[in-house]
Amino acid sequence: MVENRPWANVFAHTVLIIGVALVVFPVYIAIVASTQAPYELLRGTLPLLPGSYGIENYTQMWQSGVSSSNSPPAALMLWNSFVMAMAITVGKLFISLLSAFAIVYFRFRFRIFFFWLIFVTLMLPVEVRIIPTFQVVANLNMLNSFAGLSIPLIASATATFLFRQFFMTIPEEMLEAARVDGAGPMKFFKDILMPLSVTNIAALFVIMFIYGWNQYLWPLLITTDPDYTTIVMGIQRMTSEENPQWHLVMAAVVMAALPPVLVILFMQRLFVKGLTETEK
Amino acid sequence: MASITLEGITKTYTGDVQAVKGVNLQIEDGEFVVLVGPSGCGKSTLLRMVAGLETITDGTLNIGERVVNKLEPAERDIAMVFQNYALYPHMTVYNNLAYGLKNRGFKKGEIDQRVHVAAKMLEIEEFLERKPRKLSGGQRQRVAMGRALVRDPAAFLFDEPLSNLDAKLRVQMRVEIKQLQRRLKTTSLYVTHDQLEAMTLGDRLVVLNAGQIEQVGTPMEIYARPATMFVAGFIGSPAMNMLPVDYLHTQGANGLLDNLPDGTDIVGIRPDDMHLTPPTAPHLTVDSTLALFEAAGAESHLYVNLADSDQPTVIRVSGQPPVAEGETLQFYVTRDALHPFNSATGQRTPSPGE
Amino acid sequence: MQTKRMTFPGRWLPFALLAPQVIITLIFFIWPAGQALYQSLLREDAFGLRSTFVGLENFARLFRDGSYVNSLSVTVVFAVGTTLLSMSVALLLASTVNRMIRSRSTYTTLLVWPYAIAPALAGVLWWFIFNPSIGIVPYMLEMVGYQWNHRNSGSDAMLLVILAAAWKQISYNFLFFLAGMQSIPQSLIEAASIDGASPIKRFWTIIFPLLTPTTFFLMVVNVVYAMFDTFGIIHATTEGGPAQATNILVYKVYADGFIGLNLGSSAAQSVILMVIVVALTVIQFRFIERRVNY
Repeated sequence: MVENRPWANVFAHTVLIIGVALVVFPVYIAIVASTQAPYELLRGTLPLLPGSYGIENYTQMWQSGVSSSNSPPAALMLWNSFVMAMAITVGKLFISLLSAFAIVYFRFRFRIFFFWLIFVTLMLPVEVRIIPTFQVVANLNMLNSFAGLSIPLIASATATFLFRQFFMTIPEEMLEAARVDGAGPMKFFKDILMPLSVTNIAALFVIMFIYGWNQYLWPLLITTDPDYTTIVMGIQRMTSEENPQWHLVMAAVVMAALPPVLVILFMQRLFVKGLTETEK
Repeated sequence: MASITLEGITKTYTGDVQAVKGVNLQIEDGEFVVLVGPSGCGKSTLLRMVAGLETITDGTLNIGERVVNKLEPAERDIAMVFQNYALYPHMTVYNNLAYGLKNRGFKKGEIDQRVHVAAKMLEIEEFLERKPRKLSGGQRQRVAMGRALVRDPAAFLFDEPLSNLDAKLRVQMRVEIKQLQRRLKTTSLYVTHDQLEAMTLGDRLVVLNAGQIEQVGTPMEIYARPATMFVAGFIGSPAMNMLPVDYLHTQGANGLLDNLPDGTDIVGIRPDDMHLTPPTAPHLTVDSTLALFEAAGAESHLYVNLADSDQPTVIRVSGQPPVAEGETLQFYVTRDALHPFNSATGQRTPSPGE
Repeated sequence: MQTKRMTFPGRWLPFALLAPQVIITLIFFIWPAGQALYQSLLREDAFGLRSTFVGLENFARLFRDGSYVNSLSVTVVFAVGTTLLSMSVALLLASTVNRMIRSRSTYTTLLVWPYAIAPALAGVLWWFIFNPSIGIVPYMLEMVGYQWNHRNSGSDAMLLVILAAAWKQISYNFLFFLAGMQSIPQSLIEAASIDGASPIKRFWTIIFPLLTPTTFFLMVVNVVYAMFDTFGIIHATTEGGPAQATNILVYKVYADGFIGLNLGSSAAQSVILMVIVVALTVIQFRFIERRVNY
């Protein structure tokens, strides 16, 4: 469309640049703070440009952590976060694919009942039923374990619905052709359904990985052993000291934010697809 | 290779909707039979029951010597070509063709050989490593056929396989399917709603309407002697004109209508049996006004309003006659062009001696 | 509910396929929810040794308790503030980005990544920026004469958590607004401009009304987010303080149960929250049905 409003474009870019600046601002500050010498942050106001202590701060955080707040090295915490996020993601995808397959490609008694049973989980965020869930996990002896960190979080109504939705759009003839070709249920699942779902699986993977990585309350409650500390809860521990060592905290913040941010930046298309489709 | 026998095949959906009502049909070994009828007539349901994709409510289905009512599609030794091809989009053409053989435990070498023979026959060898998405409509159609061919099954089932192609390609593929079937001599059951496709492909046609067989016969038998008014209207294009006998009497029938079979109250006349010049044989003469002239190249369609009647009527003539819209014109029909029907039963009235 | 026209036969297979999901749901969702319901009707003595059935007494107490009523109103302020702030900024950015052709994807990339930041980290970041002794914003505010201190001032604390919560949610709202705008047929915009509508007028008379479904959907989602997903922000920053000024409902459930060890009250709060989630989910689904029928 022809638009002859030169000022409008200048104005639009100005709005956007301010917007981007505001969005980036907190993270920029974190990067600045994480590169300062320890005494720099005790002197009052924070400088506006990065300092030269980046390597020292990040190395210290990575290798030894902050002993005064009982925080293990970031390397360990990042590894724990990664294991938890991967376990949650893979678990969610796996059980959701199976249940969506059952619901769409079979007729059996209580099918609707099971559908609603899964649906109910949508309505019960962990924060809401936190104490009884904690008690269940405690009774099952799953405190301070990766199983306890991940298994209670892998039921997923969202993923089940998304896969169900997607399976419904696969042409009927695909199943019919496969049956004429002699494929049984699990063969069909493995040879036809899974390959066709690759994009959806990848899109959900991005969303679920971020969800898993960012878990906070749950690991906070069920792990007391520093060996299982994840990075997000570790940072909270470091900030609740009397005088937090902000240069190290911020180094940890940057390291904690980096993996999920990179996932989004490198898989932006899948991320947008996953986000907009899971919420439909 | 096998014959297919349907005895009293019935499909009832929940709510007592009868989609197919007791169909009896014998398809000989190597025969090409086309199921034709309007949409909703049950032709696809019937085919899908033969394939094992729908359960059979009642009746017996034999493929070869076996009763196959309860068998899985894969166990019936049939192959199917779907309307939308149903190619596996994530597999190469080669793997699409090979999938059914792999599932049946064929050896690698055997699979490879069969795939190449089929691909060569269909001229899709150069596409074997491509994914279906990179193929044109016609090429996909060939792959779908190839998937049926490699199996060397007892029967081919085709579910409107050409309806997603453009007109030109459709004619070309029609010829190829016919030639292929002649060569392989595999029993084939083919569903279409296109009467021209049915006429040109089938050794025999089965005309279906409302879940029942109207008529079975060779294309020419059906064209020459439609057994019911429905078949008369469905086969042939433009459709057969239907004129009440009483009306023709008012138009000076001069004894020509006297020996129509008993019960005849309506006669069908093919548009090409209405002549603009009087034939030498005894004939009827009908007055009409030309409402619309349609030139289709080698032939022309004349839509006329009959004098004293609002029956829509169309005449087909070759070439382009020198007539203008609004002009009155007379057409002539001989006795042997009249198809006698009874409008109450919808059946052809039998001539004496039949 | 639909299945495929043709399905696989199988007696046990579908149950086996569903089993993992169903077992986890039963053990970790249904059972605890039932427990919450049960415990909400009990009261434990001070040592946690005996519990007695008290009916709806726990609920009645909650509503007599000033701190719970306070928590309710704090939650409303927090949810409304977060939703409004985040959605209006996102709408402004999305409508501006939507004008762009070449730079659209660059701006989008620059705006979407905060979605990846954990709420707790968002809290820590803003907490740091607003830190009264070393933070950069209080320093600037001081120059204009405002003494910022979220450790003492309830309104400062509330503003802080709203900022952190809204900041993190902007990318989400932005993406949905942008998607909504891109699904508006270009021909409508063209027709409006032939009718002589200026870009701003076009936005308010054509684009914004057509975005209503998206806006409504995002409102529900944002309220759900603010009520349930922001635990980390509160816990990592204000811990509900000062003087309960930011003690939103999800935080209070946790604090009363784990710190106050008042299980009956915490369970009753859980039950109330579940009712709220169910209500919001129903609203959301009603709306989705309507959108499908459009």
